Amino acid sequence: MQRTLTINGTGVEVDGDSALPLLWLLRERLALTGTKYGCGIAQCGACTVHLDGKPVRACVTPVSAAVGKQVTTIEGLGAPDAPHPVQRAWAEIGVPQCGYCQSGQIMSAAALLAGNPEPTDAEIDAAMAGNLCRCGTYLRIRKAIHNAAALMAKKSAS
Amino acid sequence: MSAVLQSRREFLKVTAAAGGGMLIGFYLPDLEAATVQGQPWTALPQGAEVNAWLAIDKDGNVTVRVPHTEMGQGALTSVSMMIAEELNVDWTRIRAVFADANRHLRNGNEYKTMFTAGSALVRRQHPHIMQAGASARERLKEAAARAWGVDRKDIHARLGELRVGNFSGTYAQFATAAAAITLPEEPAIKKPEEWWLLGKPLQRLDVEVKSNGSATYAIDAQVPGMVYAAVKACPAPWGSLKRFDDSDLKGRPGIHAVMALRAVPGKTGNDDLQDCVAVVADSWWTAKTALDQLPIEWDAGASASASTEAQRAEARRLLNAPGAVITEGDGTLAVIAAGGKVVTAEYDRPWETHARMEPINATVSVTPERVDVWSPTQDQSVALQLAADQAGRDTKDVYVHTVFLGGGFGGNGGGGTGVTRQATELSKQLKRPVKVIWSREEDFAQDKQRPPNYVRLSAVLGERGLPSAWFTRSCWFVPEGTERVGPATSHISMSDMPYQVPNRRHESISAKTHVPVATHRAPGTNQNGFMTECFVDEVAIAGGWDPLDWRLEMTQGMADWQLVLKTLKEKAGFRTDLPKGQGMGVAILEDHGSLCAACATVRVSKDGELAVEKVVIVIDSGHVINPHNAAEQLEGGVCWELSHAWMGGLELRNGAFVNTNFDRYPILRMPQMPQVEVHFALSGGTKWGGIGEPAGPPVPPAVANAIYFATGKRVRSTPFKSHDLSWS
Repeated sequence: MQRTLTINGTGVEVDGDSALPLLWLLRERLALTGTKYGCGIAQCGACTVHLDGKPVRACVTPVSAAVGKQVTTIEGLGAPDAPHPVQRAWAEIGVPQCGYCQSGQIMSAAALLAGNPEPTDAEIDAAMAGNLCRCGTYLRIRKAIHNAAALMAKKSAS
Repeated sequence: MSAVLQSRREFLKVTAAAGGGMLIGFYLPDLEAATVQGQPWTALPQGAEVNAWLAIDKDGNVTVRVPHTEMGQGALTSVSMMIAEELNVDWTRIRAVFADANRHLRNGNEYKTMFTAGSALVRRQHPHIMQAGASARERLKEAAARAWGVDRKDIHARLGELRVGNFSGTYAQFATAAAAITLPEEPAIKKPEEWWLLGKPLQRLDVEVKSNGSATYAIDAQVPGMVYAAVKACPAPWGSLKRFDDSDLKGRPGIHAVMALRAVPGKTGNDDLQDCVAVVADSWWTAKTALDQLPIEWDAGASASASTEAQRAEARRLLNAPGAVITEGDGTLAVIAAGGKVVTAEYDRPWETHARMEPINATVSVTPERVDVWSPTQDQSVALQLAADQAGRDTKDVYVHTVFLGGGFGGNGGGGTGVTRQATELSKQLKRPVKVIWSREEDFAQDKQRPPNYVRLSAVLGERGLPSAWFTRSCWFVPEGTERVGPATSHISMSDMPYQVPNRRHESISAKTHVPVATHRAPGTNQNGFMTECFVDEVAIAGGWDPLDWRLEMTQGMADWQLVLKTLKEKAGFRTDLPKGQGMGVAILEDHGSLCAACATVRVSKDGELAVEKVVIVIDSGHVINPHNAAEQLEGGVCWELSHAWMGGLELRNGAFVNTNFDRYPILRMPQMPQVEVHFALSGGTKWGGIGEPAGPPVPPAVANAIYFATGKRVRSTPFKSHDLSWS
């Protein structure tokens, strides 16, 4: 059985085990290793990607659930010369420490801002509660999300 | 659309799982854009090497080779800053790459050490790192001096330019000549008052690659022909493998091999092989799923009866008898026995695990020509030697590709665990590259853990309500023959408590466990600091003292303690008279040469719901080379220890930990993170303390002390979440 999904704007045809989690298709078959394995049970958020713009945990999302849909990973969120405002805010503040969880954090943050351009601290906390960071970068993540919101507002105003 | 995807705009056709999977090349970050590149021997053009630490290209860009690993603590940036400071070169000209471990060993430990631990990089290693930069600067000057026929001491070296009188040139011009120069005498490094770059808050060099997914970790290694292995050792560590039944897996598509790896008799180190079963497949998920279904029988031996409850009972029994005397104070017990107002308490803390976000893994390729290793190690030279030993090869044929670590925290996920041997052995036998990933469940079960500690404390109050005697006895659980775990002992931060009590005695007991142990960010201080600093509050309050004033009183004449405590008093607004349900608590501990105090503000609802609102940190590390990075590390330290104290703790049952994943070993999440305020109270001089670790230990006692003021309940064990904190 062949199936087609779109990953970062590129059509990808897959066959094989329909239960394979999207995470391993991305990492092992497409070498999109920015999406990380952390727990395998949707507890840490390191594997967060967008499925039709909504954040999902790729470790528990079977490839079959992504067929016919748009998948966006950290590699497709922005480009090196035109990073997404969330990525810009991340780099400007210097959010990452070890960096392992940050792809997932950024994907969750970008999805939040797409639906809520001006989130409060409480809304940020609620949206980001599924993403663990062992280095403890939470305070800078929250600040960077506010800054990214401002960058996006400026962009849409201009 | 991103640049990455433009290169594969063609319609991709891949097979998603077992059988005939197509691997689509390497993903390498754009070399021009990257300031950080994981593979030194294939990195961007580096120009002329002035010494092992740095090379200068024709445009004046300086490539700094960083021998330490980057696990989020800022090594790439800190080493580069120290070199740039001495070299006198524009910071924007710096490119950082990881140094080559193979070269390091080949040239007799050329970088002195690659080990990255103990908050030591700046604290202990700044002299030889800065020396490398100073030496390069002076040799550039000497090369110019010889060319111009002038004296080296008259030449100014500034921002990549050499200048004297009418002569001027660039570092790049003289880099090749400088490399051949031997100085009659090596220059001294700069004193802090001469710094122009160190001490400034600079952004880390690795934030960009860590914000776009291009930073490469060991788990991301992609090697042509690679297969994936999931492994399982006995859930009770070091148990032996009796049998497994792989008949159902025979012929299953995508499965390459099901193999047993065996422990070597007499080899029981943390980095030795335990008995384990490995399933090797086209995809790690295929391997892991098959392994989960594989019937395996283990023999845990005597360890099968080990449990947290049994350990608690054993500790209580052992604490009834004297231990090894660490701090002698012969009169102590007599003073306490004589009575008066005696305060006694028992405290304990449980097993904890590192839970690095990157699970333990290793990728190894053994070929007739060479061995390549990708490892999340805190010492590349150790991973290299482990792979060489397991493969039976000379170290000169082994290459460790230094990559980013998804956290370290003292666990040394690759260098100090058997995973490097597992991957090497599998690659050797299968004759192809193998990536071993420990599932999160395997990582929790087989990581080297932080040992639990059980403590009895007693003190008697004398004049002015201050203690006249202080007796402590501690019992920790460590494997046979373990005396220390890095700097940790069962008595650190207890036997060496700074408070000036006339009669002091400490006794230590080591009980045995089968569980492997390791350092865990701020080793020992993170456990025992809680006991000491909570008991201090109990004694202070029993004597009618404000806990912060008590600490000031008991450290009189100790200048750095006074500096930190007075700064805390000034900045934190500590008070004991908040309305019920709110509380503030303080604590201070010394760790890795730094003195760090915390003041926590908590709120506890009537039904016992805890919120930690704010933590103020004051630290004396002597000096700080990058306040921006230092503040990040201190914030991170707060999160680290608050997490364990509030919601952590592993439980041992039937010899194995029942906490198999983050659902049963919660760590702090964003809604629980307090505001953190950092103040530096630097005493300067010859003091160089660490930054990465010291902020954690004072946090649990500060929070527990705050909980007491909020609720009237004294919490003497962690996690706090296991206590009923309700009040009325």
